[in-house]
Amino acid sequence: MPTTYYLILSFFLFLIGTAGVLLRRNALIVLMGIELQLNGGNLALIAFARELGDLKGHVLAFLIIALAAAEAAVGLAILVGLFRGRQTVNLDEITLMKR
Amino acid sequence: MTFNLRLIPLLPFLGAAILMLFGRKWSRDTVVAVAAGAIAGSCLVAFDAFFTALPLAEPNGLHDTVGTWISAGPLKIDLAFRLDGLSGLLCLIITFIGFLIHIYSSGYMEHDPDYPRFFAYLNLFCGSMLVLVLGDSLPVMFIGWEGVGLCSYLLIGFWYTETANADAGKKAFIVNRIGDLGFLIGMFLLYQFAGSLNISEITTVASTGSALMQPLWGSTVAFWAALFLFVGATGKSAQIPLYIWLPDAMAGPTPVSALIHAATMVTAGVYMVARMHAVYLLAPAALAIVTAIGALTALFAAVIGFAQNDFKKVLAYSTVSQLGFMFVGVGTGNFEGGIFHLYTHAFFKAGLFLCAGSVMHAMSGSGDIRIMGGLRKKLPWTHAVFFVCWLAICGIVFSGFLSKDSIIAGAMSTEHLGDWAWVGQAAGYVLSLAALGTAFYMSRLYFLVFTGETRASDEIKHHIHESPGSMVGPLVVLAIGAALAGFTGLPGGLFEHPTWNLLNDELSPVLGPEMEVSRLTEVGVMVGATLFALLGIGVAWVFYGGGYREPSRKFAAAVPKLVKLVQDKFRIDELYQFLFVRPIKRIGNFIYFFVDRILIDKIMVGVPVALVDLFGRLSRLVQGSGDGQRYMAIFALGAAVMVFLGTQPDLFGSLKVSVTGRTVEVDARRGGKPGGRALEYSFDFDGDGKPEVEGASSTARHDYASPGSYTVHVRIKDPRWGTSNSLEQKVEVP
Repeated sequence: MPTTYYLILSFFLFLIGTAGVLLRRNALIVLMGIELQLNGGNLALIAFARELGDLKGHVLAFLIIALAAAEAAVGLAILVGLFRGRQTVNLDEITLMKR
Repeated sequence: MTFNLRLIPLLPFLGAAILMLFGRKWSRDTVVAVAAGAIAGSCLVAFDAFFTALPLAEPNGLHDTVGTWISAGPLKIDLAFRLDGLSGLLCLIITFIGFLIHIYSSGYMEHDPDYPRFFAYLNLFCGSMLVLVLGDSLPVMFIGWEGVGLCSYLLIGFWYTETANADAGKKAFIVNRIGDLGFLIGMFLLYQFAGSLNISEITTVASTGSALMQPLWGSTVAFWAALFLFVGATGKSAQIPLYIWLPDAMAGPTPVSALIHAATMVTAGVYMVARMHAVYLLAPAALAIVTAIGALTALFAAVIGFAQNDFKKVLAYSTVSQLGFMFVGVGTGNFEGGIFHLYTHAFFKAGLFLCAGSVMHAMSGSGDIRIMGGLRKKLPWTHAVFFVCWLAICGIVFSGFLSKDSIIAGAMSTEHLGDWAWVGQAAGYVLSLAALGTAFYMSRLYFLVFTGETRASDEIKHHIHESPGSMVGPLVVLAIGAALAGFTGLPGGLFEHPTWNLLNDELSPVLGPEMEVSRLTEVGVMVGATLFALLGIGVAWVFYGGGYREPSRKFAAAVPKLVKLVQDKFRIDELYQFLFVRPIKRIGNFIYFFVDRILIDKIMVGVPVALVDLFGRLSRLVQGSGDGQRYMAIFALGAAVMVFLGTQPDLFGSLKVSVTGRTVEVDARRGGKPGGRALEYSFDFDGDGKPEVEGASSTARHDYASPGSYTVHVRIKDPRWGTSNSLEQKVEVP
């Protein structure tokens, strides 16, 4: 299969993820969107690694998987903290940056 | 000859690792079996190696090279072990007494919840100590040196829940660090001037070449190297001025005091000086300093021992004092005498400490000799062992007699000190006084603890009982050793160098022949020392026989201040507190307030924080909703724009045109820097839409046929993205 197919899939994965991050108001879904974005990036890395016969892409992908796991853990912990404090995970109601 | 020497330290290390990993889940019997089994195995291998090495009588003994440890330029250090008469003897002492103390500890520590941790540390200690004595080069020795220091720290603070114990551990570690610095400097000097860190190579260099006799800092290299190494020895072996940690180290469990702080670790300094004897023999001045420090420590610590009221504290000062004896031995070039005393001392001092443990076990944990007394009948076995060890340390008949006399006689007739021979003779007299003192404080201890009536409360009295067999057994073995060990090293001067002098047989290939002592000196010292010892015992009997007698009370009432001063250890700790600890604390406080609080916290942290805060406030003025997702959207948009711009070839490029005559040269490369991207350029010089020059090169030249005004069009294409960009510029051709 040509690398282009993988790249197109990766692009759409990233796009869906980005849409989720930008448009959904539930912080949990936003986290899932970020996860999709990361996986889109991973797919592109692997596709290029396959195309170029270079293992560095695999290494980076593994790094990103580990990073995603850590990000999910920290993100969920922040969400739990937020929910305890404000009884909501709706991002429209969380505007701490403007005070 | 090679031999699997690595097994000797490896077995205890393995034991320690296994106990640290799994010990918590195992029963006490399993823990003891693993710990004692490891050290017993090590002991068997050590005996095997020793009796393999002994008949060879070659100075280099057995070798075992595990591999290269450090290889950097000319510096090459092997992880290698060597067993000769000297290190072999030490190995036997460590593994054999170590084994006995493991057995003893199984009874002594029975009620302690941290049983596995204790035995893991004990095994770790034995392994480190074996690395120290077996190490073939100074760095390998230094691993062991630091390893035993670490274990000492861990075991002194074993009952770490009490601050005093943890503090004692820290004190031991810090004081030892000061000495270690000296050891390191000595090591560096030897490497620089002898060109090697291997002990046998240094010995060869020292005994043949003049490399170590070069002048350095107003003396010779050998002097400074020997002196700095000795600074290390004063730390580890508790000599003036670094002896202060050892009495505090008694905060650890008693078996630890016996093994680490009496029999083995504290003698490492003596061993190291004997190991490096070739260097020391080149520097009589350094030897004289070793002798002087040893003699002063021997007397000073003995005097402090007169007035201590804690069983283990008396023994601790006694150890410091006996180590002083050993240093006079090695300091007067009588290396065999020093090692001989190390060897006999290991038996009787370990025995005395284990007796202390047994007595404290019986006295419900108290070590205060003021409430003891009359324990002879209640603890018959402990008493018998203590009695033998007491005679041995006082220098009457048993092993201490021969080894102490060997040191004093050697000091009186040394020829190694050159111009400083008087230091040796003076040390001999000082040591005779110290031996008198030893007899006094040890007899005081014996009489107060074992004779007369028990002065304790009824409750404690009620609980007094002899210790279990696991504790008494090792005691008896040590007592036999304390009684007989001395007879392996009879003085050559008196007995016409008998062929059955075992100690001399094994040590002389390494340390050189035994020191020549005239028969007159030998007999004189023996008679004199025995008389002194009897005098010490006699005085102690008058003062303390069967309890606190009238003369001791009168004496204490007559000079209360003096007694208090000795009891307070001449307030040396307070002096150090004043001289070193407090100034350092002040400097630390100053640095904390000035550098930390003001320079770092206020200026280097506070200023950037204030700046960030300021910019944050300013940018908040133009911020909209505070909604993270809007910011994200703007961010995504910006990222998209940047990606788009990245695909455009030379978006902000411009043409560099230079005209020479009718020749026009055009450079389309942005800013003249070589770019990483493969671009295709096409140059149209006459504006007819057809490029004259095409290709990957960003420069092109064109000769115009006639002068005039032209427009140069350049098209830059990025073949990867299919994007392109056009640039144009007017040129005037003259």
